[in-house]
Amino acid sequence: MEKELKYVDMVEQPISMHPKKFALWLFIVSVVMVFAGWTSAFIVRQAEGNWLDYDLPQIFWVTSGIVILSSISLHWAYISAKKDNFIQLRLGMSLAMILGVCFLIGQWFSWKALVASEVFFVGNPAGSFLYVLTGMHAVHLISGLIFLIIVLISTFRYKVHSKAMNTFEMATTYWHFLGALWIYLFMFLLLNH
Amino acid sequence: MATATVANHDSASHDHHDHEHHDNFVTKYIFTQDHKMIGKQFLITGMFWALIGGFLSILFRLQLGFPEMDLSFLRPLLGGWIDEAGKLDPTFYLALVTMHGTIMVFFVLTAGLSGTFSNYLIPLQIGARDMASGFMNMLSYWFFFVSGVIMFISLFIKTGPAGGGWVVYPPLSALEQAIPGSGLGMTLWLVAMTFFIASSLLGGINYITTVINLRTKGMSFSRLPLTIWAFFLTAVIGLLSFPVLFAAALLLVFDRSFGTSFYLSDIYIGGEALPNTGGSPVLYQHLFWFFGHPEVYIVLLPALGITSEVIATNSRKPIFGYKAMIISMLGITILSFIVWAHHMFVSGMNPFLGSIFMFLTLIIAVPSAVKVFNYLTTLWRGNLIFTPAMLFSIGLVSFFISGGLTGIFLGNSAIDIQLHDTYFVVAHFHLVMGSASFFGLMAGVYHWFPKMFGRMMDAKLGYIHFWLTFTGVYLVFFPMHYIGIAGFPRRYYSWTNFEFANMYTDLNMFVSVAAIITFTAQFIFIFNFFYSMYRGRKATLNPWRSNTLEWTTPLHPGHGNWPGEIPTVYRWPYDYSKPGAEEDFIPQTVPLSATPESNLPHEQELVKLELEIMKEDEEVLVANESKH
Repeated sequence: MEKELKYVDMVEQPISMHPKKFALWLFIVSVVMVFAGWTSAFIVRQAEGNWLDYDLPQIFWVTSGIVILSSISLHWAYISAKKDNFIQLRLGMSLAMILGVCFLIGQWFSWKALVASEVFFVGNPAGSFLYVLTGMHAVHLISGLIFLIIVLISTFRYKVHSKAMNTFEMATTYWHFLGALWIYLFMFLLLNH
Repeated sequence: MATATVANHDSASHDHHDHEHHDNFVTKYIFTQDHKMIGKQFLITGMFWALIGGFLSILFRLQLGFPEMDLSFLRPLLGGWIDEAGKLDPTFYLALVTMHGTIMVFFVLTAGLSGTFSNYLIPLQIGARDMASGFMNMLSYWFFFVSGVIMFISLFIKTGPAGGGWVVYPPLSALEQAIPGSGLGMTLWLVAMTFFIASSLLGGINYITTVINLRTKGMSFSRLPLTIWAFFLTAVIGLLSFPVLFAAALLLVFDRSFGTSFYLSDIYIGGEALPNTGGSPVLYQHLFWFFGHPEVYIVLLPALGITSEVIATNSRKPIFGYKAMIISMLGITILSFIVWAHHMFVSGMNPFLGSIFMFLTLIIAVPSAVKVFNYLTTLWRGNLIFTPAMLFSIGLVSFFISGGLTGIFLGNSAIDIQLHDTYFVVAHFHLVMGSASFFGLMAGVYHWFPKMFGRMMDAKLGYIHFWLTFTGVYLVFFPMHYIGIAGFPRRYYSWTNFEFANMYTDLNMFVSVAAIITFTAQFIFIFNFFYSMYRGRKATLNPWRSNTLEWTTPLHPGHGNWPGEIPTVYRWPYDYSKPGAEEDFIPQTVPLSATPESNLPHEQELVKLELEIMKEDEEVLVANESKH
């Protein structure tokens, strides 16, 4: 009987994805649910009437462009990492992060524009929702920035290269997701205000 | 890549194994990353909270059953909450009800149940060394712990803990002026729940990742024990619903502390209008119940999974309708997200929408009934072994039926308008969700205690505990149906002003006495648990003669679970009393080729394939050997 019991450890697993990467995707799902909750609440609340109409700050077009450029430069860094081109990798990452910071600054100016047009955080929920959506997106973007900084430091220790891409891939996934999340929020606001 | 990854994972845990002798007290018992110890931490913490939650319910049952009673003897404990005349403070009554609900739903039946058994059983039953991330798992427990500490502190502050009900509807919960509990108590409640949500998400992400990525060889989804299916789907529900609670709670925080008007509008306090306009309290209800209804299944599904496992093992029969069980759990998972508004039939929403939610709600009866019938047909003509765990599982099925039937009434919007927020609702969910899940938790503890602590719990004390609790639960909650139909509303401090309430005084008294007896009976369990941990009869390796993988580990599995290689799985976990087999159970690790006498025709065909795979594995093993 004992002889029949075969023990095998080193075999291919049913789904070939790194567990931590998979966990990141699950985390992304939970972030999606948070924003799905808020955008649904936005629609439900809007349908009830007594809704302040205002123009979205034009700067959102600029910040959307910045976020796309940031993703493009991170992708450039990704391709460079695959080719073990470390100079370009660091350059691309730094560029992506600088653009990320520019995006945050742009969002800050959008708030200033909102205040100038007398749309406040405290007041009609139409305005409050905009602050919550942009603000919470910014909070997530800062977490993405921190993640990128950690990975950038590890590139200086040569821990990121074509054979060790896991952490870097996770950081890019998260960054692209945050960019896409902003585009979704912007489109949502354009269609629903 | 996958191969390399898994190899990494294993070598990492082997390292752990080597270091294990160097574990000091802190890394072994406190900041542990071993899923088994984390599971036990969740269990002990859950038991602590269950006692607190239960005790709070006794306090308000005293008030409800004996409204004239002199409660001065509680003053040493409750202090100023008992007034000069020996009466319980009405606002503290609200706080008691709120905290009882919060503690039981979140700390006991979510963290104590899912946290314990998902952590403890997932790696053991799927054949993994540990969770995907031991660190995240540790973090999950300690977030839960911090959440508990904050909630515990809120019990003792001057204005009392949150008092707006466990659903914390605004505006009651949003305005400090509303009740004392909406001040600091509510703030602490929100902070505690934020930690709790983080803990649940960390845990849930880990459970899902582990089940999908770290199953041992041969452990396909169609060979997973139903416990794992249940934990997996529970984690999926949690992952999708807890973030929405966070979204709702954050907006509530903004309303409370920053002056926004998401949920507040046109409120007058003392004749003065508040500045908030444009908010909608119904919006909060939508968000809350989008989380709140799935939460019911977060609480219930693990208990149902544990019951499937315990009933099949102790009936010595394969679970009836394995696939049907999985499909009905999947059905419940999906349906749980599209029925939330049945909690809001009286919130003034569109009646047409109400009919849609009523229709969807009633569909849940189908998968639930499938599960009940499958439990009963598994029991039918089985060689039943009445272990305490088995009794608690059968008790669960009983509550699931009696509490589920009233769900059909409440799901109908027309009847719900009459019964909404009465004791009928209280009776319904305490049976179908509260007691059923609690019995699942108990069944799990009695069943897996030998694996957790290497000793057996005393069965006789278990029987006494079961019968007292089982009869107690029915004596408490069955009369509540009548009280509810008579029109008694929930969360009322007393009914002595209502004429109609007089004829039900005895019944309320009866319920309170039954509640006290049931609560006291739990100390039998507490004694049994801690006594058996040190003095119990030493357990054998597989005391229930069960098929699942956890019983192939040593009596006291170390960090890494199996001392050698992880066993491979060759069959589903329910080969009990298979015709032709020597024993009445065949563990999952026994290959089909070793049991030609009991193989079914289609399994006989699989034997050839299995032998080929085993030959390949042999080569891998030999190759590895030579590498070392």
